Amino acid sequence: MPRTITLVTPLTDQDVEALEVGDTVFVNGVIYTARDAAHKRLIDLLAAGQPLPVDLRGQIMFYVGPSPARPGRVIGAAGPTTSYRMDPYAPQLLALGLKAMIGKGKRAPEVIAAMRTHKAVYLGAIGGAGALISQAIKEAEIVAYEDLGPEAIRRLVVENLPTIVINDCRGNDLYELGMQQYARL
Amino acid sequence: MREINVKDITTAVKEAAIAANYELGEDMLHALAQGQATEESPTGREVFRLLLENARIARESRIPICQDCGLAVVFVDLGQDVHLVGGDLNEAIQEGVRQGYEEGYLRKSLCHPLTRQNTGDNTPAVIYTTIVPGDRVKLTVVPKGGGSENMSRVHMLRPAAGLAGIKEKVVETVREAGANPCPPIIVGVGIGGTFEQAALLAKKALLREVGSTNPDPELAALEAEFLTLVNNTGIGPAGLGGRLTALAVHINMMPCHIASLPVAVNIQCHASRHKEVIL
Repeated sequence: MPRTITLVTPLTDQDVEALEVGDTVFVNGVIYTARDAAHKRLIDLLAAGQPLPVDLRGQIMFYVGPSPARPGRVIGAAGPTTSYRMDPYAPQLLALGLKAMIGKGKRAPEVIAAMRTHKAVYLGAIGGAGALISQAIKEAEIVAYEDLGPEAIRRLVVENLPTIVINDCRGNDLYELGMQQYARL
Repeated sequence: MREINVKDITTAVKEAAIAANYELGEDMLHALAQGQATEESPTGREVFRLLLENARIARESRIPICQDCGLAVVFVDLGQDVHLVGGDLNEAIQEGVRQGYEEGYLRKSLCHPLTRQNTGDNTPAVIYTTIVPGDRVKLTVVPKGGGSENMSRVHMLRPAAGLAGIKEKVVETVREAGANPCPPIIVGVGIGGTFEQAALLAKKALLREVGSTNPDPELAALEAEFLTLVNNTGIGPAGLGGRLTALAVHINMMPCHIASLPVAVNIQCHASRHKEVIL
């Protein structure tokens, strides 16, 4: 039976273990944004043996490149981007202690395996609901790679950001289960 | 000869780019409301409710419908009795995109393909100009999102593959796309022409009003059949499982070479944005 759970960052192994596919999760606290270009830079830093601009232990990464904020606003539209493009990078970040990723679309088997190994989850946000999701973002500041514009790493403070557990830390996949339930062969 | 100053084209493109990104069309609002009423999956119905809420917030609070404000594709139907004055048509359109994305607080999503350096102003737009009879200019501005465009495909089938082969490719493209292109989607299918013409037919098919019937009865029947097949995948709204993976399948078809059977599938997310202006 799907449940509704409120999470506050940073996350512990116990927080992650309690989550099951299909659970609605309202995310609260500090989360970080990163998408294609920022991921590449993070991985290049790791390859060079250098520290990352953000300590990822216990953190949540939101795959988003927001639209510009109007004057007086915190942020523009801010829905998830498609996650598979971050698959080549995700296992290394999970190994550093990243506990959850927010995005949309299916993950590669090696990312799902890394979530099992390192106790992490993949949370789905509704793609294309950028105006709605932006309402949950209360603060936003760029913490790295300002030159990347929409792709810069931002530190967000969120209140009840709505997500659903797509992959729990036991290898289950809500996209697979949902399709199986409704497919007609 | 009717004279039109290209400055008016810049203004029209700017305003259309902004309007398209903030105001979801009536046809889409209707299709989403119908989806909310008919989707079997309770989660799917909730997704439809949230998408309608998203469209309302975008319109009323002036936040783009989606943070991916798209690559601007601009279709120009240029009347052959129009004399454009005051500058270069292509540059006037690019300037309209530049101004619209800056003044409209829209995300600039274009970059150099290799260095990935952002171009900074969302140009260049992709422009298709067709010369048509008359003394008017029709501009259609289509902000096209990257997520759904990435899931689109062109297949050069053997003629022996026939209609069965076309169906297989359409369903396969949608199934492989899964949750990635933000379902519920609209599926544009281009059959025939050449390699690039099939893709253009598919893209133009996305501009047709959702819920409209194809004027060609043969294609109308195929569209209904393809829609059923695509929705049998069970992918559902937001990919969370459900009956409505696609809201519509639109097909454009034209003759092709005796050696070929080109089929293009252009996927459009539910943030189906396009704005038409006639000057």
